[in-house]
Amino acid sequence: MAILSFLFPKKSPSASVAKERLQIVLAHERAGRDVPEFLPRLQKEMLAVVGKYLELTEDMIKINLQRQGGTSILEINVELDKTKLAARHGAPEKPIGEKPAITSRPPKGA
Amino acid sequence: MSKVITVTSGKGGVGKTTTSAAFATGLAQRGHKTVVVDFDVGLRNLDLIMGCERRVVFDFINVINGDANLNQALIKDKRVDNLYIFPTSQTRDKDALRKDGVEKIMDELRDNFEYIVCDSPAGIEQGAMSALYHADAAIIVTNPEVSSVRDSDRILGMLASKSRRAELNQPPVEEFLLLTRYAPDRVARGEMLSITDVQEILSVPLLGVIPESETVLKASNTGQPVILDAESTAGRAYSDAVARFLGEQREMRFLTTERKGLLRSLFGKA
Repeated sequence: MAILSFLFPKKSPSASVAKERLQIVLAHERAGRDVPEFLPRLQKEMLAVVGKYLELTEDMIKINLQRQGGTSILEINVELDKTKLAARHGAPEKPIGEKPAITSRPPKGA
Repeated sequence: MSKVITVTSGKGGVGKTTTSAAFATGLAQRGHKTVVVDFDVGLRNLDLIMGCERRVVFDFINVINGDANLNQALIKDKRVDNLYIFPTSQTRDKDALRKDGVEKIMDELRDNFEYIVCDSPAGIEQGAMSALYHADAAIIVTNPEVSSVRDSDRILGMLASKSRRAELNQPPVEEFLLLTRYAPDRVARGEMLSITDVQEILSVPLLGVIPESETVLKASNTGQPVILDAESTAGRAYSDAVARFLGEQREMRFLTTERKGLLRSLFGKA
């Protein structure tokens, strides 16, 4: 048996290196491939809608679709500028009792 | 019910045309009326591998353009009953495979044949996408080598999203892995990805393993689909793959080296 294991040794590095490299690169490529085509459009439209009420720049909305087994999670993250939001809420001319900014459009250039 | 089987891989030179020729011949040998279609517009080669290059009169593009009808373009194989070859054109017009034109031809083929084996070109251009689009089943031809495995994975992604079945929300394309140019001795030495390695990475059911074999070149030299060489390991491995495709249970063969067999017999059963 010794001669057998001498002639047919356990896996030498190259095939296992190949496997490892493939697993890493494919995990990355599969994640990128699964992004549905509508995501960039959704991001733009979200920006337009939320932007009606809050001051936003494109990089403040992050949309991410994750798949785990049979379920998908659509994650929409809107990062808000704290100082600007606080300033608007605390604005003295704002009538008392008015609901949050959602009901009114912020003045242009605010 | 007719079935479109697309033989694809992404990467070139892995054995798509050899496989298409062998597989179509195998299906016909088993009594199924089969046509093998060359989708590699501009780089026609299936005719050479099938040994009918001198009988090509009309081709795929002639039929699309209405210059000939399907029956004028189909070449009946002289060795095997029920087998027809549909050659492609040597035109350099990349957009020759118009979607509606291909669709019409595929419908006509479906009416006339049990199996339509589509030999896809390499790459992800129009010809490859067109062959992939019509697939009911796909045979992913893969060499145990990094670039081939990566391209196969890419093609699997496209089958899931860009095929007609995906577009029409039908049950997905059936996928099968065919490992070709497999060298068991190199796998044993750890120099080549093993069957298990490739399967773990691609997770597609294994249809067969075709060992690296000198007879494949001999077959293409003479224009004989390798499956007709019933003596060769490659020919027998293709026969097994066809049988499995048709639902038979067959053990995988030719996965150990000749040398190992010899050693085993010298040293007794291990």
